Amino acid sequence: MTRSREPLWWLLFAAGGTVAAFLVPIHIALSGIAAPAGLLQETFAYDRMRALVSHPVSRFYLFVLIALPLFHWAHRFRFTLIDLGVHSARRLIAVLCYGTAVAGALATVAVLLTL
Amino acid sequence: MSAYRRAMPSTWWLRNRAYFLFMVRELTSVPIAVYLILLLLMVRKLAAGQEAYEAYLRFLATPGMVAFHLLALAAALFHAATWINITPKVLVVRVGEHRVPPALVAGVNYAAWIVVSLLIAWIVMRG
Amino acid sequence: MPQPTITLNIFRYRPEQDQEPGFQTYEVPYRRDWVVLDAINYIKDTLDGSLSYRWSCRMGICGSCGMMINGVPKLSCATFLKEYYPAPVRVEPLANFPVERDLVIVLDDFMQKLTSIKPWIIPKEAKLLSAGEYRQTPAELARYKQFSMCINCMLCYAACPVYGLEPRFLGPAAIALAQRYNLDSRDQGRSQRQEVLATEEGIWDCTLVGECTTVCPAHVDPAGAIQQAKLATALDWVKGVLMPWGKR
Repeated sequence: MTRSREPLWWLLFAAGGTVAAFLVPIHIALSGIAAPAGLLQETFAYDRMRALVSHPVSRFYLFVLIALPLFHWAHRFRFTLIDLGVHSARRLIAVLCYGTAVAGALATVAVLLTL
Repeated sequence: MSAYRRAMPSTWWLRNRAYFLFMVRELTSVPIAVYLILLLLMVRKLAAGQEAYEAYLRFLATPGMVAFHLLALAAALFHAATWINITPKVLVVRVGEHRVPPALVAGVNYAAWIVVSLLIAWIVMRG
Repeated sequence: MPQPTITLNIFRYRPEQDQEPGFQTYEVPYRRDWVVLDAINYIKDTLDGSLSYRWSCRMGICGSCGMMINGVPKLSCATFLKEYYPAPVRVEPLANFPVERDLVIVLDDFMQKLTSIKPWIIPKEAKLLSAGEYRQTPAELARYKQFSMCINCMLCYAACPVYGLEPRFLGPAAIALAQRYNLDSRDQGRSQRQEVLATEEGIWDCTLVGECTTVCPAHVDPAGAIQQAKLATALDWVKGVLMPWGKR
């Protein structure tokens, strides 16, 4: 096989896409729109949020929510660049895209450990 | 050989509606990824302390950030719809010689999407 | 009452006299029951015998008459003039293929790709005729039947931007045909086909644009076949990683 590791990236892409599809919209509505708008002020109060997010289950959930769609982005963006006609440096693009996702996943772990 | 090869322009995706919507679908992964970085930042601010967190909320309330989040929400919804619509093609469910209608498979997924979204909202607001 | 006419703008390329291709305009009688192929045959018979094109059954089963009609890959025998009348109709050879002459494309690449996926039953052991026929239940037939309906018209290759950008891409029809055999209960040749399928230019180049399925006149759903092949290959890979001792 020319690319025997492709299934790994495709599986991560599929898992990340599923997480993005089912979980991301409601989270955008909550943290990106409701919270800054001052709706549900009690919900997003510091003490409450800190406690909610620090729970081990929450931390694992946040890792899945954030890291997997980053791999979804990496795979999709890599192929978007190819579809947009970027033919040369295919390998470099793959390394940069998946590398960014790995960095993002590691950063996520690092941040979640500080809670 | 005297065969004539027609070139494919890099603007091929502007040629028709289906190609254009495909490119939009692919590009939804970008605002989604950016949103998740902003979410990670929010978690980091939570770890840093009350002042940092509340300053971040004020930052998110600026017009630019609100506009971004509305764009990201539209992108996430478009991604969700296209993803769920494609699911029956990838996961073929058969009962004997009959195939479960794709619309039913997609419908079940949409229902699950609603349930999951409500569940998460409930956990965040009550949990 | 004068006979209504419709305008056809047809791609012309005659390598012995043309450096570049061009378009030629023809006025053809408009009949509500005519398809584009009827109009083209009228041109060939009465207006311009030099026009070259492929056709055969004129009823949507042979797959010969695929062309770009107003920029969309279609069978010219299945596309009615009344869909466009009174606007002019632009007819071009199928996209993403080299043009040999006028509306005739070079389809060698397609033929080579179809053959490369071994489109025949590969049994585990050869069976003697005296052993009797293969038996298959309706449910077993249903697993692959849709993918067996391909008429090799190549509209899917014309619709696929990945094939347009990367000519080495195996393409929708070839992968769907491979799936047709992989899912056939009489076949055990999947691992042989994987050598061609599970490669960068095989299933992994596909980005699920989905236009192949949209244009397919036989409702094969090649996009579905490709995604199913990706999932099956990915699950195989997981099994190979978790249980490397298992044989394929």
